[in-house]
Amino acid sequence: MSKKQEKTFQQDMVGDGVHSIQKVIEPHQQEPNRIVKYAMIGVSVLFLFVMLVIPLAVVLVNALSEGWAAYQEAVMDSYTINALQLTFLATVSSVAVNTVFGLFAAYLLSKFYFRGRQVFAALIDIPFSISPVIAGLAFILTFGNIGWMGDFLKAHNIKIVFAVPGVILATIFVTFPFVFRELFPVMNAQGKDEEEAAALMGANGFTIFRRITFPHIKWALLYGIVLCAARAMGEFGAVSVISGHLRGKTNTLPLHVEILYNEFNTTASFAVSSILVLMAMVILILRSLIERKK
Amino acid sequence: MDGQIVKVKNKRGVRVIPGFGLSMGVTVAMLGVFVLIPLASVFIRAGQLSLREFVDVVTSRQVVSGYIVSFSCAFFAAVVNTVFGLLLAWVLVRYDFPGKMFMNGIIELPFALPTAVAGISLTYLYSDKGWLGAAFDKIGIEIAYTRVGITIAMIFVGIPFVVRTVQPVLEKLDRQYEEAAYMLGAGRGYTFLRVILPELFPAVLAGFGLAFARGIGEYGSVVFIAGNIPYETQIAPLLIMTKLEQYKYADATAIALVLLIISFVLMLLINSVQIYMQKFCKD
Repeated sequence: MSKKQEKTFQQDMVGDGVHSIQKVIEPHQQEPNRIVKYAMIGVSVLFLFVMLVIPLAVVLVNALSEGWAAYQEAVMDSYTINALQLTFLATVSSVAVNTVFGLFAAYLLSKFYFRGRQVFAALIDIPFSISPVIAGLAFILTFGNIGWMGDFLKAHNIKIVFAVPGVILATIFVTFPFVFRELFPVMNAQGKDEEEAAALMGANGFTIFRRITFPHIKWALLYGIVLCAARAMGEFGAVSVISGHLRGKTNTLPLHVEILYNEFNTTASFAVSSILVLMAMVILILRSLIERKK
Repeated sequence: MDGQIVKVKNKRGVRVIPGFGLSMGVTVAMLGVFVLIPLASVFIRAGQLSLREFVDVVTSRQVVSGYIVSFSCAFFAAVVNTVFGLLLAWVLVRYDFPGKMFMNGIIELPFALPTAVAGISLTYLYSDKGWLGAAFDKIGIEIAYTRVGITIAMIFVGIPFVVRTVQPVLEKLDRQYEEAAYMLGAGRGYTFLRVILPELFPAVLAGFGLAFARGIGEYGSVVFIAGNIPYETQIAPLLIMTKLEQYKYADATAIALVLLIISFVLMLLINSVQIYMQKFCKD
């Protein structure tokens, strides 16, 4: 121990022990600490730059590679507009279904104790762990011509597979757990004392929810909705299986990107992609804003 | 008599909050219609396959190579993501530097960016014309349309998982133990290996499992860069897709069944790790 350190140590003996010890140790650690710190930050930045930032840049650069006019043409194309509309419809539907389900399911599993809660939680998580392609397959095996509901649907002239309802159902499936997953931990941590007190004082179910539960979960709900929307607008695998790729009818924006790419219309496909990149950026910004509110 | 009834009720807890029936009904109905019934169809259809048919499909050369490609690439991708995920979580929790907010936000990009967009972008980037692909091409390494390309796409989609499972645990970790280890003379690396890593391990494992499962199931971002060369770069989800396009529903179902069972086993493992984690944290 150098003389200077010894002095600091002695001075700090009057203060609390932990601080004095840290002060003695710190001078030793400063040097390697800094190198390690900047090396680690450097590697992290490099990794994220190569893996995330460059691919984003590729989309934008290629989208504009044939000039602004070509970009506008690809983006304003009627098939693109149609695809955008269907993506919007599927996203809104799955957000709506998700919100209703998430609220009820989280309320059920956090405010009531009953046997089989764990089973419920596991079942709700299923869509997260399943390949989206299998989700699409499941709907074909249910509602398609060979599915067990196929004959019934045919008799009543209802088309689900290779039609808009199928696209919506597939999107709902893959996004199903999102809102629940955000709401449940918050509601569970809050417990049920407040709701019980309100119920004993005579509040009805809706009032309890509106006045007691909702104020606690509004940011978590919004967060879940944002995540759900992000996944819904980008879903590819499940929708790809079930849509049948009918241009202008069952094509979502990501499917339209695929079609253009497979036709070697690279610039147009990157131009359409740039719309999705923009939407992803908006989602990321919203996400960080809401996270700070939480 | 009255006293006894009250006693029994108390044991189970009296439900005073209204809405149990309604929320139970809505939850069961929606879960059933949107998830369980469609999924049951896969198992029903699989039940109609004879064992011989099933075995023939899943042991055919094409399908076996599909499983091997999917699992090996997803495994390597998950390993890479575990290493970098741990690093990123550490940097984000322990250090302050300009641009940290931006870094924290952009980690979520693979969740927000549609997989098809990621797919065509990565393919272009790593093809022999692309910015990075051209550089690797000069030294004779092909990335696009090989298993390396598939692994890179799987790394892309799996980046957020390990970071987001480890980050909250690292934030809550009590620094006393590290300080105690320093005090007792442990070096930086030793402290990390013997004091910090054991605490983080369940979270790391859960993140690894999630990234692995995501990689196995991933379709959109991988299908473009894979190039789909038979026996070489065909992933299992793509085989399901191909069989469906040929109207071979039985084959598609058989391939899917194996993937489903594997995902369920993985999920079970992840869940038990997380339950163990919760108990561990409470103690």
